Amino acid sequence: MALFILSPILFPLLGLLINALWGRRMSERAIGGVATLAAAAAFVVSMLMLGQLTAAEDARLTATIAPWIAAGALNVSFGFLVDRLSIVIMLIVTGIGTLIHMFSIGYMRGDERFQRYFIYLNLFLASMLTLVMADNFLVMFMGWELVGLCSYLLIGFWFKNLKNAEAGRKAFVVNRIGDVGFVLGILLIFVTFGSLSFADVFGQAEAQGETLAGAIGLITLLLFIGATGKSAQIPLFVWLPDAMAGPTPVSALIHAATMVTAGVYMMTRASALYELAPATQAIVALVGALTAFVAGTSALRQLDIKKVLAYSTVSQLGYMVAACGLGAFIAADFHLLTHAFFKAALFLAAGSVIHGIEHGMHAAHNSAPVDPQDMRYMGGLARKMPVTFAAFLLGGLALAGVPPLSGFFSKDEILLDAFKHNLPAFALLAVSSVVTAFYVGRQLTLVFAGRPRSEAAAHAVESNWLMTMPLIALTIGTVFAGLFNFPGAHPLTDWLAPVVRHGDAPKFDAPLAAVFSALAIGALAIAWFLYRNPDRAQAEAETGMGRLLAKAWCFDDAYRWAIVKPFYIISTVCAQVIDVGVIDAAVNGVGRLFHTLGNSLRSLQTGFVRNYGLVMLIGVVFVVAYFALNAR
Amino acid sequence: MDSTTFVALLSSVLFTIGVLGVLLRRSALLIFMSVELMLNAANLAFVAFAHRWVQLDGQIFVFFVMAVAAAEVAVGLALIVTIFRTKRSTNVDDLAALKG
Repeated sequence: MALFILSPILFPLLGLLINALWGRRMSERAIGGVATLAAAAAFVVSMLMLGQLTAAEDARLTATIAPWIAAGALNVSFGFLVDRLSIVIMLIVTGIGTLIHMFSIGYMRGDERFQRYFIYLNLFLASMLTLVMADNFLVMFMGWELVGLCSYLLIGFWFKNLKNAEAGRKAFVVNRIGDVGFVLGILLIFVTFGSLSFADVFGQAEAQGETLAGAIGLITLLLFIGATGKSAQIPLFVWLPDAMAGPTPVSALIHAATMVTAGVYMMTRASALYELAPATQAIVALVGALTAFVAGTSALRQLDIKKVLAYSTVSQLGYMVAACGLGAFIAADFHLLTHAFFKAALFLAAGSVIHGIEHGMHAAHNSAPVDPQDMRYMGGLARKMPVTFAAFLLGGLALAGVPPLSGFFSKDEILLDAFKHNLPAFALLAVSSVVTAFYVGRQLTLVFAGRPRSEAAAHAVESNWLMTMPLIALTIGTVFAGLFNFPGAHPLTDWLAPVVRHGDAPKFDAPLAAVFSALAIGALAIAWFLYRNPDRAQAEAETGMGRLLAKAWCFDDAYRWAIVKPFYIISTVCAQVIDVGVIDAAVNGVGRLFHTLGNSLRSLQTGFVRNYGLVMLIGVVFVVAYFALNAR
Repeated sequence: MDSTTFVALLSSVLFTIGVLGVLLRRSALLIFMSVELMLNAANLAFVAFAHRWVQLDGQIFVFFVMAVAAAEVAVGLALIVTIFRTKRSTNVDDLAALKG
């Protein structure tokens, strides 16, 4: 039984083991096949577990593999838990992960480190599943860190370009900052509750929440700091746009299925704690809404096809976090689910576009090389790449919240909650929602409409079936994922209600939904109208406001001036002044002292026997004189 | 001035000449001869004081010194000859191979 519960983690591990041990002798297809099958097996097992969980409302599969830490009051074991919440995330991770694995076989073809790529990809999946299936905070933290490691490895996968390596490092460092908050939160949980297992902590919190209100407020705040790192919220979102440096399927994996959802999952898991901390809730809601707004507006002026999607991910994560802050944890999970589908579809479609442009560059021999991700050189791809276009279009419309696609339902649920509970957050989220539709329209127009604006775009061709198949599957999901929590029926809410706290029963507010659909469609239309003239994108990026937005409100510059530069100065002082001037000087000084001493004493040793003889004579004279004078 | 004082003075003059020879001369052979001179100056003093105090110890000691000096001459001259053969010189300042 324990093996069965662990198998979603074990299958990817097995896949990476096979690839690591025998991958050198296997063909690319075989390596990719093993990795994809491992991911698919994890998905199948998760489906089997889903079947078992439907038996009863509080059905849960638990397995304790071994004790981990037993020191005094601290008792942690490698415990795993699958309940109604984790199974939902597991299905997203493995399902979308499998499609991304499959897409990668086509995308990474011919890469010199193909084998290593799939090893990392499987490890990523196993890490994320460890995080999701943990039954205590420490095992969750282990998965949390492993996910961070994998993101570092994959973002910096093409590390020969220094910029990519730096992006990987940035992701790692920024995530560590959030992790400090998470670790402190875990420690405080242990101090407060004397245990780290979910069951104990949430049970105790429920029983004596009133008396522990202060501690719980601090715990939830610290955990939220961890979430701002992983789930890319203000102030730690800066790593995510840079994470575009990795191969595009990796971006899809990080943005849709794994990694960034970790923070939202963790907050949902700890919903029992968050519900007892209204002050934290307010902060969370505001930070989420602000992130949605800042990142959404930043996406308006990006010229890189992936950067637009990156900021849009940050923005959508802002929606999820804001929903957590509003107490609508299930709405957050619903948006997580639909976002996973449409963002994976968008990223893989973007990958397909980049692949097509690169192919076009090879096909058009005498064309000037262009940046394959720069939207200024695209245009007119709708006819060249119809499947990709369809996927991108439907994914984009879902992101913009156009009914009846999945994004419409999930976003609407969050907006409705905000409208009822927190008007400032609602204002920010509402503006972001219109902004979202606008940048989606801009991107669709720039990439797919009009005429090709470069030789490469003119020669672009549709990708092969290995890449279009996952696209089609994800697009189907994008269209129909709304059914998971369709207004009126709410199967997802009913499913999660026993394990996740949630505010009011979800309602569907027709006027509100109608207003936002109309706004979204209007924004899309305006964007299409404006950006049919592609020079506009170029011109806009050069205005003052455009530059501010293109640089994402200058968060990076602010960090550079406030933290990185002073840190460099301190490091330089330590290295040049303290190390060289004090520590090295002390060591060298001792050496120099004896060197000088030796040099001066050395002149005594002339090497002439006569000198030694003279000294001896003088000595003898003294000795004799001494005895002669003392004789009487 | 009795004869003992005279001989003792002669002995110290000879010894001083020997010392100066060792210190000032560069030729290994001459340094060697100066060492011999110092030994014999010491012998002279031994003999003189033995005669003065009518004790045979000093005279016996002289025999030992002469025996040891003879042995030393054998070894020392052999060394000097070898040095001359390798260096083509007996200048002691040339023997600086061990100088750092």
